[in-house]
Amino acid sequence: MIQVDGLSKYYGEHAAIKGLSFTIQSGEVVGFLGLNGAGKTTTLKVLGCVLLPTSGRVIVDGFDVTRDPHEIRKRIGYLPDTPPVYDEMTVGSYLAFVAKLRGVADANVANFVADAEKKTAITDKHDDIISTLSHGYQQRVGLAQALVHKPKLLILDEPTGGLDPVQIVEMREVIKALKGEHTVLVSSHILGEISQVCDRYLVIQGGELIAQGTEAELSNKLGSGGPIEIDCVGAAGPVIELLKKVDGVVDITMVKLDGQNLSLHVDAKNDIRPQLVKALVQADIGVLRVDRAAHRLENIFLKLTHGKDA
Amino acid sequence: MNTVLLIARRELGAYLRTMSGYVIIAVLLFLDGLAFNAFAVAGTAKKSSEVLADFFFWTSGIGMAGAVFLSMRLIAEERQTGTVQLLYSSPVHDREIVAGKFLAALAFLCLFYAGTAYMPILVAVYGKISLGHVLSGYLGLIFVGAASLAVGLFGSALTKSQVVAAVSSGVMCVALTMCWIVAKVVDRPFTEIITGLAWFGHFEPFRQGLVHLKHSVYFGLVTFVALFAATRVLEARRWR
Repeated sequence: MIQVDGLSKYYGEHAAIKGLSFTIQSGEVVGFLGLNGAGKTTTLKVLGCVLLPTSGRVIVDGFDVTRDPHEIRKRIGYLPDTPPVYDEMTVGSYLAFVAKLRGVADANVANFVADAEKKTAITDKHDDIISTLSHGYQQRVGLAQALVHKPKLLILDEPTGGLDPVQIVEMREVIKALKGEHTVLVSSHILGEISQVCDRYLVIQGGELIAQGTEAELSNKLGSGGPIEIDCVGAAGPVIELLKKVDGVVDITMVKLDGQNLSLHVDAKNDIRPQLVKALVQADIGVLRVDRAAHRLENIFLKLTHGKDA
Repeated sequence: MNTVLLIARRELGAYLRTMSGYVIIAVLLFLDGLAFNAFAVAGTAKKSSEVLADFFFWTSGIGMAGAVFLSMRLIAEERQTGTVQLLYSSPVHDREIVAGKFLAALAFLCLFYAGTAYMPILVAVYGKISLGHVLSGYLGLIFVGAASLAVGLFGSALTKSQVVAAVSSGVMCVALTMCWIVAKVVDRPFTEIITGLAWFGHFEPFRQGLVHLKHSVYFGLVTFVALFAATRVLEARRWR
């Protein structure tokens, strides 16, 4: 779906992105990670045909961004970091305008608008004036405009930016529901959300791609499986001694002891959860929970960009 | 063409759905009525055609100021709010964006001109004027308005700030109107060139009830060049 080869973009003397190369297959949901100023938005703008590249080649669905930008624009839906909505319009008239602008036949406009409103859960806001909506709903309207013409590729720049926790969860569910129907490229600073939505990640820093792959691939690349959390029932000393004998364990930290309930943090070279569970069960220790640490993606991200743990 | 009309319809809707458009028209009509009463009608006894010519003179200036205020938001506001990215990422040519916005603003400015119609009617009631003079004058007003809007659109494409857009467009419009003053202090051949550029001289026949092809072509050319420049500015932004 997307082939990027040696993409560079300069703003005057400043290189926003340098020699970026990656490929995205049809149907994938890919997360685009990077700190502020890393070049994420610039890359997405080039893919969305908002900006032209300084050098390099970008092919979207077989079309070159510099030669056939119009063909690409027909095939993409782009949500910038600020939803591009006209405040004075109603949601329905705005989406109808965008649908027509992107070439949807007049006869199909009403159906396409209704479909986009349904997917983004804003059907009940059809007649509301956009300026009267909350930021969360305006963000959904922004997403609805990106998909109203049923594009093959969705480019979402920080779709959860500025949303409250409930709105973030709702937006995440909306994006999850788009899986399969569209190829999605999504950037975000809130890495925990991306880990629940994406199949694969591209990590960018200083305008250069520093890593790409699934979460497990990125984790393995760093040579660490990351921390594992264990909740079990037993005496702290024997349990820790037992787990230290499991191959791959680097360090064990006791996080909490509540009566017989014990919470441990196991630092391991690889994902050794099966071995840990086996050791505990064979020793007749009750296992309540075994999981990778919730902030593992942040850890990977920070190790890649700063070389340190979260 | 469909895309141009689609953008024009949305843009015209934006003028009609918000207060700013109505406020601009109300202020313009108030000022125009004031100027008509204070300058066109007042003074020594005048022929009806002279009153009408003075009315067109003042209305052209007030229309030009209105055009600057109407056009300042056309591109600058889209860039300020980020909605320009919607247009940039849609299968729309930059020339279609410019043409659509220009047509909408011109249609809205024509609403102001339509609102001034009571003044020629008053002159007709109390005097004698020809319909040809009225039509010629309004044609001239539309030409001046179109040229001012095109220059304003160019100014709006240059910056994100509506204030800067209004100031730069105003300066360009005033310079184009008043450059005949400069022509008086320079030598030939610049005298002819600068006089030829000044649009006051080209509007004069229209307000007197005369329609000349060369003056119509002049306004058409100024409008086209300004719109073309605005289109090139939009195109250039994609490379920055």
